Amino acid sequence: MINFLQNSINNKRRAYFFLALATVLVVLLTGTIKAAIGFLFIFGIPLYFMEKMNDYATTGERFTRYMFLVISASVLIFLIAPVLIIMPLSFNAEPYFTFTDGMLSFDSEAYSSRWYLDILHNGMKAPEAIEGWWSDMWNNAQWIRAARNSFFIATVSAIIATTLGTLAALGLSRPEMPQRALITSLLISPMIVPLVITATGMFFFYSSIGIAKTYTGVILAHVTLGVPFVIITVTATLSGFDMSLVRASQNMGANGWTTFRRIIMPLILPGMISGALFAFITSLDEVVAVLFIADVEQRTIPRQMFSGIREQISPTILAVASILVVMSVCLLTVLELLRRRSEKLRGMSPG
Amino acid sequence: MTTANPSIDQANTLPLKEKLAKTTAIQRRRAFLLTLPLVLFLLISFVFPIGQMLFNSIHNNKVSAVVPDFATAIQAWDGQGLPSEATFEIFVKDLAKAKKVREVGRTVGNMATRINYEMPGSRSLFTKSARKVGKIKQGPYKEALIKIDKKWANPQVWLTLQRASHDISPAFYVAAMDLKYNETGEIVEADELYQIYLNNFVKTLWLAALITFICVLLAYPVAYLLSVLPLRQSNLLMIMVLLPFWTSLLVRTTAWIAILQTEGVINDLLVYFGVIGDDGRIQMIYNQTGTIIAMVHILLPFMILPLYSVMKTIQPTYMRAALSMGSKPFYAYRRVYLPQTIPGLAAGTLLVFILAIGYYITPALVGGQDGLLISNLIAYHIQKSLNWSLGAALGTMLLVVVLLLYWVYNKLIGIDKLKFG
Repeated sequence: MINFLQNSINNKRRAYFFLALATVLVVLLTGTIKAAIGFLFIFGIPLYFMEKMNDYATTGERFTRYMFLVISASVLIFLIAPVLIIMPLSFNAEPYFTFTDGMLSFDSEAYSSRWYLDILHNGMKAPEAIEGWWSDMWNNAQWIRAARNSFFIATVSAIIATTLGTLAALGLSRPEMPQRALITSLLISPMIVPLVITATGMFFFYSSIGIAKTYTGVILAHVTLGVPFVIITVTATLSGFDMSLVRASQNMGANGWTTFRRIIMPLILPGMISGALFAFITSLDEVVAVLFIADVEQRTIPRQMFSGIREQISPTILAVASILVVMSVCLLTVLELLRRRSEKLRGMSPG
Repeated sequence: MTTANPSIDQANTLPLKEKLAKTTAIQRRRAFLLTLPLVLFLLISFVFPIGQMLFNSIHNNKVSAVVPDFATAIQAWDGQGLPSEATFEIFVKDLAKAKKVREVGRTVGNMATRINYEMPGSRSLFTKSARKVGKIKQGPYKEALIKIDKKWANPQVWLTLQRASHDISPAFYVAAMDLKYNETGEIVEADELYQIYLNNFVKTLWLAALITFICVLLAYPVAYLLSVLPLRQSNLLMIMVLLPFWTSLLVRTTAWIAILQTEGVINDLLVYFGVIGDDGRIQMIYNQTGTIIAMVHILLPFMILPLYSVMKTIQPTYMRAALSMGSKPFYAYRRVYLPQTIPGLAAGTLLVFILAIGYYITPALVGGQDGLLISNLIAYHIQKSLNWSLGAALGTMLLVVVLLLYWVYNKLIGIDKLKFG
């Protein structure tokens, strides 16, 4: 009898029936329609996407599978929502951190790009002037100066970290490397040691040798923090590296440099570039070392955001944040393309 | 035949062995030389600075640098009653000399601050006496000094001075462990009001454990879903994990402020749906809750990625086999699937825990008062209160815990297994 019922009613239709029942229950319990809308939203969407289960699946299995989808979807929404939600918020016409009624009713008056303009204007001597507007912004606008600092520091640190890191990764991946485990853990440790401890140590030492509050000090700190990422990515690329290629090249009379330039480098280049990007983004995002070591002169974007959040919170920060999110999307795309290319080069997947 | 020519054998084998040894040695040296620039760089920019900071936690010369002669003389005192007249004389003369010094780190004020850490309220005793000590032209110095301030007759002042005269002392670890020296110089528990560090340490460990646990709970289903979906769909969903992972920490913290604040998105939604009234908005940020939510969000990818990479290698046939042999689904999961995911679980758990106990930025921005972690206390002592030795001592304690966990991670998983994306 039960079997007959189970088979005769479509799985999904029955589930929708239960959902409707539960929604009615929610309405009765909370006394508002709105709560029921939220309830329907959270539980209905996974149901819609749930694929047809095998006929022999029991009700318990179906329920487990469904709850599993609900939970997974909620966690994924939890992960992505904060990153996405700041974008519409950054177009708020009012100086609030939340959606206004106008925004919710898609009133075009409620949206504006004033906070994006504020990124350019904040700190300028004469934002309205036409003469010399460009150089005024370039030299005086706080966010522009911070962006210049950030990109300069990140570029230089990424180049140094990638050079040193790739060399070290080449050494580490050789089979005859002595004390490999010890040296690897040393080279990765800047990622593990709490940033406050690293920054404190650097602050004392760099002050004593006079490079605190200089670009040199900040760059040194960022190279240190970026190195582990380069080591990890380049070592991963080298792990599938066919050492007989090197021997073949040496057999044919190439010296070490030629072998590196013509054989090793093209093969590990995707890994090197992703390592460099990781180091770049680490430096771009780093704020603790900057807080301890840098001066006003070396203010970076994260440092500017940090004081912005603490002192004068305004949607300008959301606008900057949105730009940074767009940037991470671009970086992520590049990384993904590099990963595919690297796998293709190593013949791991047709990808 | 059996004795055939050992000399030829030797001539052939020895050089070969030596040659091999030589080539291996060269290769080993080459491999090492490749890593050498970076190793040296890190030793200078990273290891040495931290070592120096660790040294700061037991080394403090604020007394011996200000009153050097006295610092040597007081060592002869047996701690009974008051020091001798001669010691007093040296102290008065040293203090009069030190008053003129303006160099940072060597002023009477620096010494007064150092003593004040152990005897709260004693700072003015030193600064006031230093101003007046010039008037004392001749002995008896003991009476003259006590005339300036009666506190000089208190043996505890001299005991503290004697202890602080040692450049190397465990005094800051004593303070960092919520202990103090009592009147007779024994180490006892500090007053309840001042017991902040151990409590904060325990709170940090507890919060880190809680955050790790929440991360496991949230990451496990997502990692599983990613691992069983076809590649196209799982790649799409993977973006939802990787995008926040590569988004700036400050961006995500800002986003959480926008979402969680009392006039924020969540509260607005709750009010809209009628769950809470407009006057009953929930305080979810600038407290522990805010710290936990934001940190779980930031650390979750560190749990999902290792779990995912392990789950991807698990053959689905194992589970099917268990089920077809009549196992209940949950039993099959517990006995077949779960044990295979343990390497990923261990990697993720350790990594998240290690990163969580050292967190600074997020608690500093959204932690308010009760959401602060040990890192924030360290930063406070380094940047605000300027009690560098105490900050260093707290930092050392944190570092020891982290390095211990790092060592376990290395033993269990191996740091070279770490991957991103």
